[in-house]
Amino acid sequence: MEIVHVDTKLRREFGPPALFSDRIEELLLDLHPDPSLAAQFIQKTHRDQAVQACRQMSEHQINTERFQSNSCGLNHVEGGWPKDINPNEMEQTIRFRKKVEKDDGYINSILQLGSVMEHRIKQNNSIDIYQQYFDEEEEVEEIQEPPSAKTINVFRDPNELKRTITGLSWHPDGGRKLAAAYSCLEFQKTSRNTSLDSYIWDIENPNHPEVTLKPASLLVCLDYNPKDSHTLVGGCYNGQIAYWDTRKGSQPVEYSSMEHSHRDPVYKIIWLQSKTGTDAFSASTDGQILWWDVRKLSEPTERLVLDPSREGNLDRALGAISLEFEATMPTKFMVGTEQGLVVSCNRKAKTPAEKIVCTYDGHHGPIYALQRNPFFPKNFLTVGDWTARIWSEDIKESSIMWSKYQMSYLMDACWSPVRPSIFFTVKMDGMLDIWDILFKQSDPTLSLKVCDKPLYSLRVQDNGRLVACGSQSGEATLLEICSGLSTLQKNEKSLVAAMFERETKREKILEARQREIRLKERSRSEQSKDDETGREDDEEDSEQLIAKVESDFYSLVEAEFRRRQRREETPQVRR
Amino acid sequence: MAEVEETLKRIQSQKGVQGIIVVNSEGIPIKTTLDNSSTVQYAGLIHQLVLKARSTIRDIDPQNDLLFLRVRSKKNEIMIAPDKDYFLIVIQNPSA
Repeated sequence: MEIVHVDTKLRREFGPPALFSDRIEELLLDLHPDPSLAAQFIQKTHRDQAVQACRQMSEHQINTERFQSNSCGLNHVEGGWPKDINPNEMEQTIRFRKKVEKDDGYINSILQLGSVMEHRIKQNNSIDIYQQYFDEEEEVEEIQEPPSAKTINVFRDPNELKRTITGLSWHPDGGRKLAAAYSCLEFQKTSRNTSLDSYIWDIENPNHPEVTLKPASLLVCLDYNPKDSHTLVGGCYNGQIAYWDTRKGSQPVEYSSMEHSHRDPVYKIIWLQSKTGTDAFSASTDGQILWWDVRKLSEPTERLVLDPSREGNLDRALGAISLEFEATMPTKFMVGTEQGLVVSCNRKAKTPAEKIVCTYDGHHGPIYALQRNPFFPKNFLTVGDWTARIWSEDIKESSIMWSKYQMSYLMDACWSPVRPSIFFTVKMDGMLDIWDILFKQSDPTLSLKVCDKPLYSLRVQDNGRLVACGSQSGEATLLEICSGLSTLQKNEKSLVAAMFERETKREKILEARQREIRLKERSRSEQSKDDETGREDDEEDSEQLIAKVESDFYSLVEAEFRRRQRREETPQVRR
Repeated sequence: MAEVEETLKRIQSQKGVQGIIVVNSEGIPIKTTLDNSSTVQYAGLIHQLVLKARSTIRDIDPQNDLLFLRVRSKKNEIMIAPDKDYFLIVIQNPSA
């Protein structure tokens, strides 16, 4: 039976019909967030939270129980015996062995192995294949890496008004310090504010110079005393010489007196070899070379006027720009002049006239650098105008080797103290050239652009690896040369000696030929002059003709003979 | 049998040969000219070395097989000729 629930309601109990109507909305409550409350809360950074509907899993790591394992060697004492044989029993083992020996397989095997083995034994006996070959030869060919040099440090002029670095000198002991002379060589370009200081830099510290030298006028050149590394001597723009002791401070210990100094800037000053170690000599464009004893700078000890006519006339003197002194040849020295001549002088000559020994004419402009090759003092390098030239002392007419005319003026040069065939030059376009005459004579082996300003000075340190060059804007750049260019190669000295000799010989022959031609010209002109001073023409003509033909013939024969001799000789030199 | 003896004697008589050992595949020295303790030592150690060398060669190239093994030391040279079942070890000092 279904249970039914019935709800009844009389109609009259419904109530009135509901009448819905619209009404404008009314804002009952507007509750804004209170910003002051926000201060109580900390804003959390947005976060990306990934949510995934999957079963929850977890990760565990477990370690198994430690298993100790030990590595040890096992000595196979006596192995592999079959089970029934006791290895300690001699009888049993012998029996076993005998049995094996009777085995066919054993016999064949041994015979075959035996022959193989015998072959090898005989091999061993005949040649020792493990012997050391090439024991004595150390690395035969070093891999020729391309030559390179890299800048280590740049020392900048700390003053606002930059001056040119016109002189550089390395500290004599180990070369840890570099002294640089700053000056302005352009005529009247120095303003009142230009600082007069020159600096000694420690090569490790490019930020601050180690010692400041304060001369009375700009220093054009300076030099460290090779015997006493605390003393320096410098030449000033006003012609004075100043002597410093770095232990005593920045002011010079002594100045030379104005009356007796040079009248032009002192371009070069070098210490001399003497027992007292206090002698130096200086050169200037006023045409004088003065010798000084630094203990008494009031007066020079000696004076030489560079007059090519040997009369000591100052008006005709040549201005000196560079000096050269080699400690191995203390009585001789050389001066490079503004006029392009190199004057070779002897200090020990009796009369001043004899002091000037000879001159070498080669450059069109001032000779800015002059240095003897440290290994071959008879050959020296000069740099001036746009070329670098190598000379031999014996040949006075011309240089034995020279570079091509470069694109810009060469300002300074020096030989490498470790390798006789390398020299360095700096140019007005800021390039440093490293020349290796054994490698290539026509071009530098390595050309580096050191800076955009012209480079004025260059000095190589005694170990041959560090090179300092000074520019017009007062920057001294320190470069390190790769080891290939700073280590002496095998046979280098003999090769360079042979090269110099060969070139010298060539020049000598050319000189001789020139002289001959000149003589012939002279004799011919003399003869023709005699002709005109009244002699009978015909007879004389024919006689003369015969004489001329004879002399021509002989000279031709001699020239041919000499040419053949030269051809024979030069291959010998080359060998 | 006699040829074996002859062969071994011939090898022994070569210049510089200090000793000969014949070892079988289980490491038992069959024939030797050295004293017992050295023989046992050589046999055991060299046996392992040869097995290792052989397996190395065959691992690299299964078609290849070990032909001969020379171990040169400061004092002498140990030469080992392996075969299927035996190997022949000779110790030689070539400079002596």
